[in-house]
Amino acid sequence: MDNPANKQTIDRVNKGLSRRYRAERRFRIFGASAILLALSFLVLLFSSIFSTGYKAFQQTFIQIDIFFDPAEFTRENLSTANFPGLIKSSLSVMFPEVTSRGDRKDLYYLISPGASFQLMDVLKENTALIGTTRKIWVPANDDVDMLYKGNIDRTRPESERRINDNQLTWLDKLSAEGRVKKRFNSSFFTSGDSREPELAGIWGATRGSFYTLLITLSLSFPMGVAAAVYLEEFAPKNRWTDIIEVNINNLAAVPSIVYGLLGLAVFINFFGIPRSTPLVGGLVLTMMTLPIIIIASRASLKSVPPSIREAALGIGASKMQMVAHHVLPLALPGMLTGTIIGMAHALGETAPLLMIGMVAFIVDVPHGITDAATVLPVQIFLWSDSPERAFMERTSAAIMVLLAFLFLMNAAAVFLRKRFEIKW
Amino acid sequence: MISSYSFIIILISGLGFYFLGRAKALTVSRSCGGVKGLHSLPCHYGMLTTLWCALPALLIFVVWHAAQPHVITSLVVADLPAEIGNLPQNELSLVINDIRNIVSGNITTTSPNPAIQQAAQHYRSLEEISARSLTAVVLTLILFAGMMAHQKISPSLKARNKVEKLVEIVLLLCSAFAILITIGIVLSVLFEALRFFKVIPFTDFLFGLSWSPQTSIRADQVGSSGAFGAVPVFAGTAMIALIAMLVAVPIGLMSAIYLSEYAGNRFRTVAKPLLEILAGIPTVVYGFFAALTVAPFIRDAGEMIGLSVSSESALAAGLVMGIMIIPFVSSLSDDVIHAVPQSMRDGALALGATKYETVRHVIIPAALPGIVGGVLLAVSRAIGETMIVVMAAGLSANLTANPLKAVTTVTVQIVTLLVGDQEFDSPKTLAAFALGLLLFAFTLVLNIIALYVVRKYREQYE
Repeated sequence: MDNPANKQTIDRVNKGLSRRYRAERRFRIFGASAILLALSFLVLLFSSIFSTGYKAFQQTFIQIDIFFDPAEFTRENLSTANFPGLIKSSLSVMFPEVTSRGDRKDLYYLISPGASFQLMDVLKENTALIGTTRKIWVPANDDVDMLYKGNIDRTRPESERRINDNQLTWLDKLSAEGRVKKRFNSSFFTSGDSREPELAGIWGATRGSFYTLLITLSLSFPMGVAAAVYLEEFAPKNRWTDIIEVNINNLAAVPSIVYGLLGLAVFINFFGIPRSTPLVGGLVLTMMTLPIIIIASRASLKSVPPSIREAALGIGASKMQMVAHHVLPLALPGMLTGTIIGMAHALGETAPLLMIGMVAFIVDVPHGITDAATVLPVQIFLWSDSPERAFMERTSAAIMVLLAFLFLMNAAAVFLRKRFEIKW
Repeated sequence: MISSYSFIIILISGLGFYFLGRAKALTVSRSCGGVKGLHSLPCHYGMLTTLWCALPALLIFVVWHAAQPHVITSLVVADLPAEIGNLPQNELSLVINDIRNIVSGNITTTSPNPAIQQAAQHYRSLEEISARSLTAVVLTLILFAGMMAHQKISPSLKARNKVEKLVEIVLLLCSAFAILITIGIVLSVLFEALRFFKVIPFTDFLFGLSWSPQTSIRADQVGSSGAFGAVPVFAGTAMIALIAMLVAVPIGLMSAIYLSEYAGNRFRTVAKPLLEILAGIPTVVYGFFAALTVAPFIRDAGEMIGLSVSSESALAAGLVMGIMIIPFVSSLSDDVIHAVPQSMRDGALALGATKYETVRHVIIPAALPGIVGGVLLAVSRAIGETMIVVMAAGLSANLTANPLKAVTTVTVQIVTLLVGDQEFDSPKTLAAFALGLLLFAFTLVLNIIALYVVRKYREQYE
């Protein structure tokens, strides 16, 4: 040990040590900061969306005194009555000082056009109201809503805000009387799309997503499992099955928009399936999720130990019986997990659905797989394009709902895996 | 609605024939000493009978439904009065649309004239006849085929083998469907793209420097000739993908290294799923994030240091796309780093190397092919990504190297060209398919190379 050459080497090593340790520390910090950076992106994303979105779950309402004028309800059909007129006359009674045409228009602007439908519903439930005066909470216009949520600055010059000085005075008067308040925005969850932000809701898009996923699930799960079973258990090892395998791996990596082109050219132009429907949307998403499900199912089948198969075959089961009675039940939890993840993928997919006309503006809530519909992510895309400030809030809120669904699905997948996964 | 009855009839009789077949099998088994005298289990005989009665009927049902609208329409058109029947093709299809609308009870565009009303009546009655005759055909077929199968049941009938063969064929068809999807993609994109290249020469498309696909309706309008030179579009795509990779590869790779080499077990079990959340967020959410938060931030930051930044800058889209791809890169690199045998790490550490030196000189070189494969997959992901760029990148096809300007990408162009009204004879619409073809071909090549590299790499250490 004492020989000088050794000592020299040790000295050299020792001299370099501090530099090497510094490099080591630096590298370690780089790694940790990479993860922190990625996670901070995640936090930033969520906080930027949640901080704008949570406000949309509340909505400003204005209380007005409505006189259900019997003169308006002379006809049989209640829907033909002039409900907007009722609201206007009640506002005129509440604000007798407003006389000029322009001012009146400004005054009526405060109440959402959806209020008349609300009155109609109230009246249909209870026709005895005709001839009486009632205090009714009606939704305020989206600009009023924005004002009360602090998104419109009162101090700015009148020409730069969406609410003018007169309207501010009236609103202050209403507030002082306790006629303005924020309530839970239930219409956001119960109505379809609308051009008016305060009336727009996600129920239509949610139903559309439901029908679309229903088609996707009912086609891609059986087919995916069948394909996986064939490839894993029955297929002879030859060129054909090799091609199928490479092909499936490639399909899983094809950009989703290409599936949209396929759907447009094949399902809509060739087979003539009506566009904008959950049916064609579901078919396109089936093509897209099928490879994911096949790959997951194959992995799940692979994890079933060969001894199970040999035991079944050994006591005289046919190959089909071995698969159906023993392998498949053991592999099913894994397949279901893969399917749920594939479905979550399909739920969040937007691009191919744009191609097949699911971006249409659809107010009605769909009631079947052949009704025109849109889906949640496409609804988000549509709203994000709208210039109104209130739609931005709603976009974020719709994203929160979509993320909640995705979270539930992934949690279900994790639960399935934890609960039923068998470690061999 | 009558047609759905025939479907239910098929299902119910299928179920019924299962029990009939099983009962028959049990009956014939008495003559040969009980169930063990049969070739197969009684349920196999039941299944065979079911398949025999239901499959042909189901086939007829599907074919009938596919053909029905065409046949009925042509019958109705043939019976239309001469002045309507002789209309040009596009007007005739409007009339047919009206008729169908009346039949399904929708509101029609114009007030229907009596001839069309009558045609609708005719259509409806034909539909009725078709549905009734379908039910009759299906019923006779079920009974005939079912009884035949029922007759044939005998102890020596190899029911199990036959049923299993059939099931295997169904399984095979399901896996061959994957091939069908690929063929469908290739054909659908290729045909429309070829039609496009008939109008615009392939070389003009591939090497042209100006992209403005808006063609006018009248020939004398301004900008009436669309320009279909795709180079600016490709350049924009490449730039955004490059920015995304510059964000995703270092962060993704470093996180993977840290997680697999440095992090303790506790940290890993928390951080890894959190990273994977990034992969599960729908792209439309990223797009909204890019447009709402990142793009204004970059614009403001640029203005502060005196740069003019477009509000739809390539930088914003690329940055957010990079964030999206981080977990993709990190999980793929994690896989390949894990595949490096522990003995190689141990060897390096035993020679006195620090962990950093082990990673730098042993693990990275060993894992490089796998990492490259993963990065290639990530590139193909970035090129094919649509929603982020649709929402955050621009539409104008600028040929620029400045990441603060607005650029456009292949996917953005496909979406803008195909959303809205389409006519399938204008080069504008067909251009989307040409772009789609290039996108598909390019990502396919990338994927094949990447999957091959990754596979070869795995085999190396197995």
